[in-house]
Amino acid sequence: MSSIITWSTYIVVFGALGVLALRDRAKARQAVKVAVKSFFGMLPIMLAFIGLIGLLLGLVSPEIIVRYLGQEAGWWATITAFVLGVVLYIASLVSIPLAASLLRAGASMTTVAAFITGLMMVNTLTLPLEIKHLGKKMALSRNFLNLLFAFAIAIVIGMVL
Amino acid sequence: MKPNLPQQMSGNAPQDKPVRKTLRQWLFDYRLALIVAVADLLIWIFWPAQAAPVIRNTWDYLVEMVVILIPVAVLMGLFEVWVPKQLIGKYLGHESGWKGILLALLFGSAPTGPLYVAFPIAAMLLKKGASPLNVIILLNAWAAIKIPQLLIEANFLGPSFMLVRLALTVPSAILMGWLIQKGIEHTGGLDIDPAGSESIS
Repeated sequence: MSSIITWSTYIVVFGALGVLALRDRAKARQAVKVAVKSFFGMLPIMLAFIGLIGLLLGLVSPEIIVRYLGQEAGWWATITAFVLGVVLYIASLVSIPLAASLLRAGASMTTVAAFITGLMMVNTLTLPLEIKHLGKKMALSRNFLNLLFAFAIAIVIGMVL
Repeated sequence: MKPNLPQQMSGNAPQDKPVRKTLRQWLFDYRLALIVAVADLLIWIFWPAQAAPVIRNTWDYLVEMVVILIPVAVLMGLFEVWVPKQLIGKYLGHESGWKGILLALLFGSAPTGPLYVAFPIAAMLLKKGASPLNVIILLNAWAAIKIPQLLIEANFLGPSFMLVRLALTVPSAILMGWLIQKGIEHTGGLDIDPAGSESIS
């Protein structure tokens, strides 16, 4: 599914650039200039971020997480799951099945919810990137508030379900 | 492949720039990437059994990043020259009200790329006059309430899990946006230069 989305993004974006080029040559050239500039502007920190994810996920494999959190119990498990969710970066295509296997391995609903909300809502690894684009004020307050809300939401899910 | 990549990339970057960056500046720009590359190298030397999954993961994410970053960069270029400021101001600005909030939620939850793609887009929207409230909602929605992700969630963790989480996350996302907007207003505005955010280097 994701490759279809990727291809359609390419078609739409480059199609739009083509239309712009037909209508206004100078503006299209300007757009390409901004595109090249922003690509190489984003690249250094993106490479660092990607490298860090590769490193973390290579060292902390999903099996290790499931084995560890399946054995733990009570509040300690919930807090560990939340902290893991907060510091790791795992695409939801991988993290949601992983959460399901946590549930099967015996983790509580609160623990699974804490893992999911921590992963999705608090974006620690991308924080340097976010600060660079949006400033410290916005990036730090957004992640801090999300940290509080993520934990609260996990607790409520655990109570409701 | 990791250690020599930054150099490769730096080789063809400065074409459009009038002043060529010095090697020192390149090293500074890529310092974090270089640190990670050195860490990878150390793992490869001293802990070769762990190196294979690290390299495989890094490569997978690297390909994904480059594939997604190209259309995002082009999109930003198009945005810059094509979309008038008044348009963004009208639909996502301070006066946009509930319609702006709804639009930010929809835009954020549409099937789009990973979160790191959203930051340059969010910066662009801020620069074009979107309110912090709507930008925060967009980012929060992008991170936690993507539609394809909700479908996977309902499938693996059950529809009730997905619905309860969704029902809690949407108001939280809006509330956070409101709080942050108030905070920014009370502390003297954003700490980025809105005019200069397109030259993100």
